[in-house]
Amino acid sequence: MTPAEVHQTAQERFGEAIESFNEKALDPFIVVKPTAVVEVCRFLKEEPTCAFDCLSNMSGVDYLKENKIQVVLHLYSYLHRHDIVVKVDVPRDNPTMPSVEGLWKAANWQEREIYDLLGVVFTDHPDLRRLLMPEDWIGHPLRKDFVEPEEYHGISTRRESLLK
Amino acid sequence: MSLINSAPDMVITTKVDELLNWTRKSSVWYMLFGLACCAIEMMQTGGPRADLERFGAVPRATPRQSDMMIIAGTLTLKMALRTKVLYDQMPDPKYVISMGSCSNCGGLFQLAYSVCDGVDKVIPVDVYVPGCPPRPEALTEGLLKLQEKMMQERWLVKKASAGAEAQAA
Repeated sequence: MTPAEVHQTAQERFGEAIESFNEKALDPFIVVKPTAVVEVCRFLKEEPTCAFDCLSNMSGVDYLKENKIQVVLHLYSYLHRHDIVVKVDVPRDNPTMPSVEGLWKAANWQEREIYDLLGVVFTDHPDLRRLLMPEDWIGHPLRKDFVEPEEYHGISTRRESLLK
Repeated sequence: MSLINSAPDMVITTKVDELLNWTRKSSVWYMLFGLACCAIEMMQTGGPRADLERFGAVPRATPRQSDMMIIAGTLTLKMALRTKVLYDQMPDPKYVISMGSCSNCGGLFQLAYSVCDGVDKVIPVDVYVPGCPPRPEALTEGLLKLQEKMMQERWLVKKASAGAEAQAA
């Protein structure tokens, strides 16, 4: 199936929940409402003509000016050899979306990473802890307005340039 | 008739300090501990070609049996606290070799939010080995430099903090 056909199939089933579709992007993507993401993803996974059995990648992007965080899911079907990108926009001040960990186990650590670095809270995630940063770290480093703290447990994060 | 004159082939004279240092430097057991890509070079250094064991350096799997810690790789802030705990668990006298740019100064990741730029911010370092990563020869050289340093130590001087001073020097 082409991305347009995948979009059409999902559009017919979910209607309003599919916000938009961009076919001209390098990886054509559909934008899905946060509340409907699990239903749409389950449909994309279980519908025999789609059969997206593999979550290749899951990441997040911080759009400071638009005041949103975009979660990006790259789906691939080993059965049909086709792929699609699903994007979910969540508001920056309350970034919450349901977890897709129940559909693809690969999402477990990916969602933990997105939570760690961007602060998106995935509801129903079985183990939503920080993945890369220390457990007691404050803030989410990949947010555009993140300010690095001066020190961490007495370890200064500043060092004079060795070239001076 | 002195002992030396009677049996010249069997007796070596030395200072007790040097004897102690010689025994100590000939069995620098290092901790089996790697953080990133430098650890691969460290494994090579312990392997048959570079063979760190010919200098008496053997990897130990616990800090409680180790004399030396090779910080091989990027030290993240998360790992920095744990590295401090591991260092504290090692018995005195203990030595640290900082291996590679990352543990020397943060290296490539100096400006990253998650990286501790320099292991010397957490624990004292005896020898810095430059390189990204250093070749096994460079790490071997680092061990030899550390052994030179160990030979300079004076443990039997009548001063309360003589050992600590020698280590800090």
